[in-house]
Amino acid sequence: MRLELGIIRVSDVQFGRETMVKNGTLYVNKDELIALALQDERLSEADVELARPGEEVRIIPVKDVIEPRVKVNGSGELFPGMVGKMGTVGSGRTNVLKGAAVVSVGRIIGFQEGIIDMAGPAAQYSPFSQTNNVALVLQPVEGLPKQAHEEAVRFAGLRAAVYLGKAGKEVDPDEVETYELSPVSDATLPRVAYVYTLLSEGLLHDTYLYGTDAKRPLPTLIHPNEVMDGAIVSGNCVSACDKHTTYHHLNNPVIKELYRRHGRDLNFVGIITTNLNVTLADKERASDYASKLVKLIAAEGAIITEEGFGNPDTDLMMLCKKIEEYGIKTVLITDEYAGRDGASQSLADAVPNADAVVSVGNANEVITLPPLKRVIGELKSAEVIAGGFVGSLTSGGGLNVEIQTIMGSTCQLGLGNLTARGY
Amino acid sequence: MARGKYRIVHYLNQFFAQIGGEEKANTPPLIKEGAVGPGIPLQQVLGEEGEIVATVFCGDNYFAENIETARAQVVEYVSSYTPDVFVAGPAFAAGRYGIACADSCSAVREKLGIPVVTAMYQENPALDIYRKDAYIIPTAGSVLGMKDAIPKMAALVRKLGLGQTVGTPEEEGYFPRGIRVNQFVDQTGAERAVDMLLSKLKGEPFQTEYLMPTFERIPPSPAIKDLASTTIALVTSGGIVPLGNPDRIEAASASKFAEYNIAGIDDLTADAYQTCHGGYDPTYANEDPDRVLPLDAMRILEKSGTIGRLHDLYYITVGNATSVANAQKFGRDIAERLKATDVGGVILTST
Repeated sequence: MRLELGIIRVSDVQFGRETMVKNGTLYVNKDELIALALQDERLSEADVELARPGEEVRIIPVKDVIEPRVKVNGSGELFPGMVGKMGTVGSGRTNVLKGAAVVSVGRIIGFQEGIIDMAGPAAQYSPFSQTNNVALVLQPVEGLPKQAHEEAVRFAGLRAAVYLGKAGKEVDPDEVETYELSPVSDATLPRVAYVYTLLSEGLLHDTYLYGTDAKRPLPTLIHPNEVMDGAIVSGNCVSACDKHTTYHHLNNPVIKELYRRHGRDLNFVGIITTNLNVTLADKERASDYASKLVKLIAAEGAIITEEGFGNPDTDLMMLCKKIEEYGIKTVLITDEYAGRDGASQSLADAVPNADAVVSVGNANEVITLPPLKRVIGELKSAEVIAGGFVGSLTSGGGLNVEIQTIMGSTCQLGLGNLTARGY
Repeated sequence: MARGKYRIVHYLNQFFAQIGGEEKANTPPLIKEGAVGPGIPLQQVLGEEGEIVATVFCGDNYFAENIETARAQVVEYVSSYTPDVFVAGPAFAAGRYGIACADSCSAVREKLGIPVVTAMYQENPALDIYRKDAYIIPTAGSVLGMKDAIPKMAALVRKLGLGQTVGTPEEEGYFPRGIRVNQFVDQTGAERAVDMLLSKLKGEPFQTEYLMPTFERIPPSPAIKDLASTTIALVTSGGIVPLGNPDRIEAASASKFAEYNIAGIDDLTADAYQTCHGGYDPTYANEDPDRVLPLDAMRILEKSGTIGRLHDLYYITVGNATSVANAQKFGRDIAERLKATDVGGVILTST
C-alpha cells in the first residue's frame, strides 16, 4: 500500500467567485458552500466566515476541524463510509490543502466544544491558530435532537472539506510525500506497534471507522495509510483540549513519527485501533483483544494514545498492563487533570506498569484571554463549555478559562509541544 | 529603578531562638527585630541584597498544643513586618518543630500570599503533610547538617526575594511539591513518546513525565443489617440540579457541590430538574432526571418499607474533569453533614 500526499501549501484564504487554489491562496465561493451545507434539511441557517493566522478573531464553540483533501487517483473516496463511497483508502495520490481547514461552529450541542483564538495567548496552544480557517457557522432547525444536530454538523463539515479539497485536484503540489510501509531488512530494529484508542462512549462521544461506529467492532488492524487517507472521522463533543478532531486523525503525529523512523531506528509493524467504551465488560474485552493483537503481530514495543479523560484512563491503564504482561514495552501519551492549582493527582486510574508516560499538559490550568476584535460563533457559550465556569466571561469580552476549552491544547496524539512538570 | 533590599522574616523554635530548652517549650509566639541563631549565618550568606528584618519564635509544645492560636499570632507578627519572603527552620528531624515550621509557612503563604521556605529531614512527619504548601529543602537528620542547609535555603530565599523564576525540584534542590505546571518544550509529544519507547526497548535510562499516583482504596462499609429502619441518602456526581442550575455548578472541573431538598417530591420531572454535567449527552438525563438520581425508585422502596426513609436532602456535584483533590474535599464535607443526621446508608450514583 503506497500513498502519495501531494502537499499544496495554502497561506491565505479569501472569498472569490470561483472556489480554487491559486498561488497559495484558497478562494472560496461562499454561496456554493452555504448551499452545500443547507442540503441537509436539519440545518436552518448556514454562514461562512474566514479566519487567518494572526488575526484578532475568536471562534467559539468549535465542534470539528477538517483538512480539505481530494483523491486524485487510487481506490476509495475521501471519508469512506461517511460522505465517500465505501472502498479501501490509503493508496494512490491524495492532494492536501495544507494550511487550510474547515472549522464547524454554531449553536452549542453538548458542553464539550471549544475555542480557537487566531491571535493572543491561546494561539500557541492550538494548531488551528496556524491554519487558514473556513468557519462554517451552522444552526439547527428548532427542536432537533442533539444526536441529529451533531450528525448534521459533522456531515456538513465533511462535505465542505470535500468540496474545498476538489479545488486542489488539478493543482501541482508544492511537494509530494510518499508513505509505504516497506519491509525492514535489519532484523535488529525493534518491532513497534501503535495502539490507537478511539473515543466511543456514545452520547455524543463517538468516532467512526470507515463509517462504522467505533464502539461496535472488536479491536482491529489498520494500515497507517488508511488513517492518513480519511478512514477515521471524529464525531466527538468531548472536551476541546483532548478530543481528536478529524484533522488530527488525518495528521496523526505518532504515525508520522513512526514512519519517519521506520527502517532507521525501528520497524513500524502496524496500528491496532481499539475503542473506549463505558462498561467494564467492554473495557476488558477491548483491552484483552487489542493486547492480543499487539502480541500476534510480534511487536516488542507499543505506543498507546488516549482520547478524552477520566473514564478512558481505565482503558489506557488496562491496555498498558495487559500489553506489558506479554513482555511488550509500552509508552503512554496522556494529558493531566491536576486541578487549577496543579496540586491534585492527575489521572482517574493508574497501574504500576505505566512507568513510561508522556504528559501533554494539565488541562485544568487557567489562562486569561483578552478580548479579540471579532467573534465567529457565540461568545456566551464560554461559561458552559467544559473548562469554562461562572465568571469565565469578563465584561470586556475577555475570557478566564481552563486550557481545557482550547481546541487541541493537550492533544494526546502528541501533536503539540506542551507538557506538565512537577514542581 | 533602584530596588531596596528584599525583606525576610525568619521563624525559629525556643531552642534555636536561644531562649531555652524543653523547659521553655510552652513559650507563646514572640517577635524580635533582626536575625537570631541560624538566622545569623543565613544573613551572612544572603549578603547585602536581602535582610532578615525580624525573627518570630515560639515554643514547640505551645505551637503543637495551640496550633490555631499560634498560627494566627505568627501570621500577625509576620504581617507587621511586610516581608517579601518567609523562611522557617531548618527543623531537621524534630517532629513538633517541623510541624511548626511547615504550618507557619503554609499559613503565611495562604494569608499573606508571599513565598515561603523551610528545611527539614526527609523523614520529618511534617514533610508529607505540608509538601504542597512550601518549598522544603532537604537537610540531614540532626543539627550537624546546619552548615549544609543554610546555603541551600539562602539560594532559594534569594531567588524568591528577587522575584526570579524558581526551577524544578531537581534544579533547585527542594522536595517535589507535587504541583504540576505546564510548559512548552522543544519536541512534540509524539517525538518524545517514540524516543522514550526506543530508550525503554534498549534498556537505557529514561524519565517518565508523570509518575503514577498511589490511589487511596476505600474499603466498602459493612452491609446494613436492618435496612427497613435505616434512613438512606442520595448523593450523585451526575449533575442533577433544579432547573436553571441555581448554584451554577460547573459542567466540568466542579469547584463545589450543592444540597437540595426533595421532601415531598416523588418524581424528578423535566420541568423542574435537569443535569448540568458536561461529560455526557444530557438528552436522556434531562428527559427523566430519575435516570441519574433515582428518586422515583427510592420512593417506591420507602413506601414498601424496604428502606426506613429517604433523607430529605440530596447532594450533587459534577464528576467531569473534577480533580481528585476536589472530589476528596467534597466527599469529606458531604460525609460530615450526613453524619450529623440519622442517615445510615448512602446510594452514590455516577455517570
